[in-house]
Amino acid sequence: MESLNFTLLLDPLGLFFISVILLISLPSAVYSLGYLKGEYSSAKKALGWFLLVLFIASMTLVVSVSNALVFLIAWELMSLVSYFLVVFDTEHEKSIQAGTIYIVMTHLGSAFLMAALMIMYKYAHTFDFFAIKNACLLMPAQVKNIVFLLFLIGFGTKAGIVPLHVWLPYAHPQAPSHISSIMSGVMIKTAIYGLIRFVIFLLGVNSWWWGGLILVLALITCLVGVIYALMDRDLKRLLAYSSVENIGIILLGVGLSMLFIAKDMPYLAIFSLIAGLYHLVNHAIFKGLLFLCAGSVYKACGTRDIEKLGGLIKKMPQTAVYFLLGAMAISALPPLNGFVSEWLTLQAFFLGAFKLTGGLKLFLGICASLLALTGGLAAACFVKAFGIVFLALPRSNYASQAKEVSLSMRIGMFFLASLTVVFGLAATFIVGWLAKVAAAATGIDISRMSFALNNLTLSLKSVKNVYLSSPLLALILAGLGFTVFIVYRLLSKEKTLVDNTWDCGYYKIGPRNEYTSTAFSKPFRIAFSFFLLPYRKTQKIRESFYHVKSFAYETYTTPVFKKYIYKPLLTWVLGSARLMRRLQPGSIHLYLTYIFLALLLLIIFMPKF
Amino acid sequence: MIKISLIILQLLFFIGVAPLLSGLITKLKNNLRMRRGMSILQPYYNLIKLFAKGQVVSGTTSWIFKITPVVVISSALAAALLVPVFIFSTPLHFTGDFLALIFIFSLGRFFLALAALDTGSAFGGMGSSREMFISSLVEPALCLTVFSIFLQFGSTDISVFKSSTPISVSSIIGAIALFLVAIAETSRIPVDNQETHLELTMIHEAMVLEYSGGALALIELAAHIKQMIWFLLIAQIIFPVQAVDLSSPGGLFFWTGWQIARVLLIAGAVSLVEVSVAKMRLFRAIDFLGFVFVLGIIASICAILRV
Repeated sequence: MESLNFTLLLDPLGLFFISVILLISLPSAVYSLGYLKGEYSSAKKALGWFLLVLFIASMTLVVSVSNALVFLIAWELMSLVSYFLVVFDTEHEKSIQAGTIYIVMTHLGSAFLMAALMIMYKYAHTFDFFAIKNACLLMPAQVKNIVFLLFLIGFGTKAGIVPLHVWLPYAHPQAPSHISSIMSGVMIKTAIYGLIRFVIFLLGVNSWWWGGLILVLALITCLVGVIYALMDRDLKRLLAYSSVENIGIILLGVGLSMLFIAKDMPYLAIFSLIAGLYHLVNHAIFKGLLFLCAGSVYKACGTRDIEKLGGLIKKMPQTAVYFLLGAMAISALPPLNGFVSEWLTLQAFFLGAFKLTGGLKLFLGICASLLALTGGLAAACFVKAFGIVFLALPRSNYASQAKEVSLSMRIGMFFLASLTVVFGLAATFIVGWLAKVAAAATGIDISRMSFALNNLTLSLKSVKNVYLSSPLLALILAGLGFTVFIVYRLLSKEKTLVDNTWDCGYYKIGPRNEYTSTAFSKPFRIAFSFFLLPYRKTQKIRESFYHVKSFAYETYTTPVFKKYIYKPLLTWVLGSARLMRRLQPGSIHLYLTYIFLALLLLIIFMPKF
Repeated sequence: MIKISLIILQLLFFIGVAPLLSGLITKLKNNLRMRRGMSILQPYYNLIKLFAKGQVVSGTTSWIFKITPVVVISSALAAALLVPVFIFSTPLHFTGDFLALIFIFSLGRFFLALAALDTGSAFGGMGSSREMFISSLVEPALCLTVFSIFLQFGSTDISVFKSSTPISVSSIIGAIALFLVAIAETSRIPVDNQETHLELTMIHEAMVLEYSGGALALIELAAHIKQMIWFLLIAQIIFPVQAVDLSSPGGLFFWTGWQIARVLLIAGAVSLVEVSVAKMRLFRAIDFLGFVFVLGIIASICAILRV
């Protein structure tokens, strides 16, 4: 057995992920100063800090080691520490349940990773990355395909690819909010790191269907994630489902890149990977921010149920601004960061379709249009989230008693909120940096590729050039807005009256007349009823035949994956476990027979290994 | 300097002419229904009247409600700067392309939907929910249409579309799809109805129900501008021009005349559609936009086959 090799591999890919980890973890740690205050005992707080530091350290280790075995150990450490963080609120029944689902799923994923790494070891006879990379050149294509699929399932479980996403909407909301922020913002990204490092960098893409498969899975992930997010009324679970969606968008970039590598199109391969990585860092920023804001709402109101909130923009003005920025960024509104990366991803599809031939052209076009659908649904989802939580009148006492959160929490949110602007405006620089990361990951020479016209304008080499300049766009929008505002102020001299919202001349309207989150998502529930299978029950409670006293209304959607995949699977596993129990009747003689048989089998099959 | 004056000229053009187009469509619609109808200048009268009046703002609203008109109009104007009008290219064409234009439109829509929720009235919520619903279904259809156009021209830069190859089957189907998208986006029959204030049917009008005075004027002006942008885009795709020498007076005259004529043709088509079909139920819009999506696929296939 070789000795464990602890050298670190600090290439641009690893450094990029380390910076993403630190970029989100530090503000989250600052935020936790205020968030943990008054919630936990000092011993529990100390434990929380210890686990947080261990969590950040283990993630950093995952993306910086150069040895597959050490990688696996760091990976397990990360999973275990995050499990303890998910069950941090041990007094909640839900946390324990979420933790159990999480640990089972994450170990299922690890099992696939172990299998893949063992196959790699069989060819390389060492766990060192570079030795494996060399050995992979000689690996037969069939084996490569199997290894790829094992990695896809293994990392896909961590990333939350549908249908392996089930743990994510349980685990992420249940952890304390600064941990949710790191888990959704960063931890699931380590799976993307794994895919890039092990599949693109080490294994080497050798057939185009790998990319195609990832694209199809990513699209399903996007759509399922966003549709569930739109339906959800728990603020943090909504964000968790939205993470599933965004992982899909990131994977679109990565999958497209693999497709182009296999088709030998270096410019597009680099460009698509840039788009994916750009969305990765963007999603880390705005989802981290949104989880911190959701934590503030939870801390201030004591509930995460959207239907009980409302009107928080007046009680918590700063948190509202930060949440709005996060919501705008995730809805890809210009000039914030989500806009740039989504534009890049769409362009990657378009340019790729132009260069490829035949049916793949149409395939990429349809992929792009489904990505656009996802974008539209995400915008609707975040109009709902911001509008119902922060606008209009408070819907319950939880919301009407809310107060703005403490300074350290606001600092954490402010930092991430300003990053959504910075990463939107500094697009050309970031694309330049990401090009180096993508070059390191794919091994493609980028010295003769350019992605920007000057420091302000992105420019892509198509048949004819395409340009985008987010700073200029921001300037135009701000300039026009300012001018309109001034002109409008000069023109309108009449006074503004404050009155009630129009109530149809009936009686003064209150919170009960407001639109709810469930009502907002109703058109979508009907449009996607083939997938959501909504259940609806209405009942009139009558005093007499002529007078309806009250009206009961009940609606929910069927959790398809849980009901039709995981429930049967679980039943089957438990059933077969019961069968297996018959092997252990407690008789010592039988056990001796087992040992003998095992020995015999080993002797027979030993030479085969 | 020429660039800046072109930018200002283009902004003034959109602000000045866009309401006329709406007035013209209303007039045409009325004439088609054998009515005399109001003057084509009516949108201007409306805007002037609204600007002169004070506002009534609901006490439940926040600053979101107040900044929304400004965001909506500035996003519409920013989008207007990306569309070629006087010359083949736009002064700011390197700022963004067709896709950026779609994203800029969604900025205005996002805020309008938030402002509608801000009032706390069920009408606002209804409008907001339906608007986001329709627009999210428009996105894929629109994206595929842009894709089919992209396949022909090799770029999503709007100013590239003019230097066109002779008109193709793909661009005709693409333009029809874009026309249907524009109907949905400018809240016209059969998807929405600008003329109604019946809560069961309205979408856009429900969102802006609480606005009054100058704020309402800004939102209406933005809607006129948005409509003008859509018509110009469709015109450019379905009625392309070969290179015209803009320095000669003849060329300039031809270009201006053709630009006006093709927009008028589209306005005529819109009014014909509006008088001849009934408004659909909200959920029929799924079928309608699904049809546009299929048109987009057909246009893309045609573009791939180069017909």
